Amino acid sequence: MSTDFSIVGKSTAMIDAAEKTTGTGKYTDDFSLPGILVGKVLHSPYPHARIKSIDTSRAEKLDGVITVVVGQDAPRTYGILPVGHDEYPLALDRVRYVGDNVACVVATSEAVAEKALELVDVEYEVLPAYFDPEESMKAERDLIHDNKPNNLEKDYHHVFGDPDKGFAEADEIAEARFIANEVTHAAMEPHSTLASFEIDPHTGNPGRLTVWSATQVPYYLQHKLSLVLEMPMAQIRVIKPLVGGGFGGKSEVIPLEITAAVAARKAKAPVKITYTREEVFWAHRGRPRTIIDLKTGVKHDGSITAVKARVVQDGGAYCSYGVVTILYSGALLGALYDIPNIQYDGYRVLTNKPACGAMRGHGTVNVRFAFESQLDELAEKIQMDPAEIRRRNLLKPPCITVNGLRVQSYGLPECIDKTVERSGWRERKGKLPKGRGLGVACSHYVSGAANSIIRSDMPHSTVNIKIDRDGGVVVYTGASEIGQGSDTMTAQVAAEVLGCGLSRIRVIAADTDLTPIDIGSYSSRVTFMAGNATLRAASDVKKKIAAAAARKMNCAEEQLTFRDDRIGKQGQSAPTAPPRPEELEVTQAGASVSGRVEGQILRGSLQQKRKEEGPKDWMTFEEAVVAAIDFHGALTGTGSYAPPPEARGGKHKGAGVGPSPAYSYSAQVAEVSVDEETGEVTVHKVWAAHDCGRALNPVSVEGQIIGSVWMGMGQALTEEMVWKDGMLMNPGLLEYRSPSSVESPEIEPIIVESIDPEGPFGAKECSEGSLAATIPAIANAIYDAVGVRLHESPFTPERVLAAMRAKRKEKALNLTEGVDPTNPTRFREHGGSLCFKGKGPQRHALDPACRQTPAGGAD
Amino acid sequence: MKRELIELRINSRRYELAIEPSALLLDVLRQELQLTGSKRACDDSSCGACTVLIDDVAMLSCTLLAASCEGQDITTIEGVSEHGSLAAIQKAYGDWGGAQCGYCTPGFIMTVKSLMAENSDPSEADMRAALSSNLCRCTGYNQMYAAIRSAIAAEREGLAAKQ
Repeated sequence: MSTDFSIVGKSTAMIDAAEKTTGTGKYTDDFSLPGILVGKVLHSPYPHARIKSIDTSRAEKLDGVITVVVGQDAPRTYGILPVGHDEYPLALDRVRYVGDNVACVVATSEAVAEKALELVDVEYEVLPAYFDPEESMKAERDLIHDNKPNNLEKDYHHVFGDPDKGFAEADEIAEARFIANEVTHAAMEPHSTLASFEIDPHTGNPGRLTVWSATQVPYYLQHKLSLVLEMPMAQIRVIKPLVGGGFGGKSEVIPLEITAAVAARKAKAPVKITYTREEVFWAHRGRPRTIIDLKTGVKHDGSITAVKARVVQDGGAYCSYGVVTILYSGALLGALYDIPNIQYDGYRVLTNKPACGAMRGHGTVNVRFAFESQLDELAEKIQMDPAEIRRRNLLKPPCITVNGLRVQSYGLPECIDKTVERSGWRERKGKLPKGRGLGVACSHYVSGAANSIIRSDMPHSTVNIKIDRDGGVVVYTGASEIGQGSDTMTAQVAAEVLGCGLSRIRVIAADTDLTPIDIGSYSSRVTFMAGNATLRAASDVKKKIAAAAARKMNCAEEQLTFRDDRIGKQGQSAPTAPPRPEELEVTQAGASVSGRVEGQILRGSLQQKRKEEGPKDWMTFEEAVVAAIDFHGALTGTGSYAPPPEARGGKHKGAGVGPSPAYSYSAQVAEVSVDEETGEVTVHKVWAAHDCGRALNPVSVEGQIIGSVWMGMGQALTEEMVWKDGMLMNPGLLEYRSPSSVESPEIEPIIVESIDPEGPFGAKECSEGSLAATIPAIANAIYDAVGVRLHESPFTPERVLAAMRAKRKEKALNLTEGVDPTNPTRFREHGGSLCFKGKGPQRHALDPACRQTPAGGAD
Repeated sequence: MKRELIELRINSRRYELAIEPSALLLDVLRQELQLTGSKRACDDSSCGACTVLIDDVAMLSCTLLAASCEGQDITTIEGVSEHGSLAAIQKAYGDWGGAQCGYCTPGFIMTVKSLMAENSDPSEADMRAALSSNLCRCTGYNQMYAAIRSAIAAEREGLAAKQ
């Protein structure tokens, strides 16, 4: 592969950067339509209850209320996974978590809708609820879903190699329980959907539905809308405007997206629903609280002999992505290091809390925290440098791991070397002043799942390209820009292949009417899959241009080079050199002329002139395009990508999750200090090396690495969803403690390029893989600093202090409600059989729900 | 609630508006004037996505009554670009990766503008302190510091060129 690129590999501002920095870019909530109505959702106040009756008559009488939508208006189940169709957009007869969706008021203004919410009378019969997954697994009655015995969504039991033999061979074995508490995406843009029906001119009735939604998966949304609304997919258009961050939270269909459409149908007018920040926290779908019982064996030479993991995930009330999450947790234990024997037991458990789903680093993060922490402990036991033990267990690619994952490009060794070197690990580790320490950890992630959620042979990405006589290149892609730079990547790949400038490319993305199917922005699949589809579509159209240009230039197609907006004969015109000023003038005149009405005549004379001059050594891009259109007719290209069969994994039950055409790798060193009086941890710097195959847009790659590390740091230190009897105690950005600029460390991204044989120009994923290494790197650094090994995240001051006091044998303070953070046995709030007794969450006396006078009448 | 007539001066233009006295500035900007660049991302003044300048001071428009801003100069993100071109800080945010999803970006740009007006040579600690009023979930803030430094340099260069 030629490595002399003109577009890829060079940092460029995102093609939509100006829209974002000037505020002109439109996100879903920025749209309005004539006659638009506002929808507000009524949520359940109980974690588990039967709905005995819903009376909407008082609400409907309120001036300004158009209609109230309830479950019966769309009584069809759906779910993101085909095996998990267990949700209704609005509850039919059961609510399963505090915040479950009960009804939706549609009104002329937000104020009226809010007032009307208080007038919807719902009678509940409260049921016992389950909050602790290990308790929930013992349930025999009052099940959360009647078809899920023991509230067990799914369990998997995998054995690869011979773990017992592996442990017998080990010189040192470590075994412990780790707990990672729940975190959520908290993307800056709250979920928002606008739905509108068009009148069908033939029937005169509402026909086509258009939905604008903040989603990472427009195609899945179209599919689920079709299921629940019982409309053909072809009658539904989903448009994804700018999306204000996803991180997985918008990678499945959130109930409001369907409710808005149901409401628009019932209200016979466009309806927009935008969640408040508190509702976003209830909608959740974040990373589940996880219990990891982990056992690892190593030999004195550092090689890992066996790993045994039992993972229990507190999945919340619906399946969501749960089955995939629990599988990822096991599958990706295997593809980072060479581990010959693995036993994995995974349990995805239902509880009466908001459903958990996919979040950045889907399924891998919590298990990686446990694994990398334990590996550090073992390194100490065998007196080996923690960076060295990681080097002793490298895979030898190309290879297939013990659990059937194909590994080709593998930049982990270089990642470890570079972080160790840049951080001054050798010189500084163990020599920092008291209270300050360094920790190392590694992680990896898929570049898209090799098997799509919907099992079929369809391509995962398809891209169309249209080029017209104006020389403009329009790329149609279903890939969803959510801030990660997907549109820019698409433009770069197309421009590189066609040898034209970025400004010539227009990307039309994520509109199901206009763009071919792409299954969405999740599992870090876009660069690899949509990038490959773009590469193929551009090559397809390039071939047509080359055929025409070669004819014009009297040479073979293979002799042509496409670069800098010119097509030239190889070795003839040195097309890499910038055009001389006089040439540029001609080019630009040609460009401006060819788009106009009189262009035909002028081009005619230009062609005449060329004929007289005889065959040339080079042509401008426009000239070549015009020649190609004259020669072929329409100038279009198409390309698609489906992962190759050999990358699709093994044959065991659950083998579909984990395989990817390529994996990214990350190694990190974190430097922290711990305040021994307060337990507060400060991260000073993180060195993060990430193998992204090839960095197509280095500034974006660095941004993704920094963002991942930063989000990992949030989970490591401050972010935690705190639950009490199914109630979220911190449903706000302030209480959730997303780190601000003051708490955020310097992060030094180090790009490692392993050039994947199948990636577009060798590229792999760069947006998720780095997150998982940060948490254990910080945990290991805390150990280095103060000698306490925390087994429960986040490492809040209370937990760190409790651990330090215990180590110093000081009197225990009740900082962590009896849970020892170095040896946790259960989740903090809900030990034992804490069951919701049916009194209802205690509300503040001033809460509107406690008001005795009928609401809405006073003012 | 009965609407009342008020007059607001936004981005050097005068608007006469009939609004409910309880209307928040953010809602008036977004819903009455379609100035949707200012965003709502929280319910409790914690995120800064709605930041605007009121008489050159960065304020949260989600917790300001529109009626209380009468007689003051309001600058929103739509008033930042200069003569139809990107201001130095807007260009720099694009070039240096200061914006990813872009939802928090308008708020950050307003905060940075007020920082740059107050302090022509902010240290990284100054920048961190100033930006802590706004939240971003994408960038980890690091690339924003580079963007601010570059914007300050570009502005200086621009000023030098004029002299």
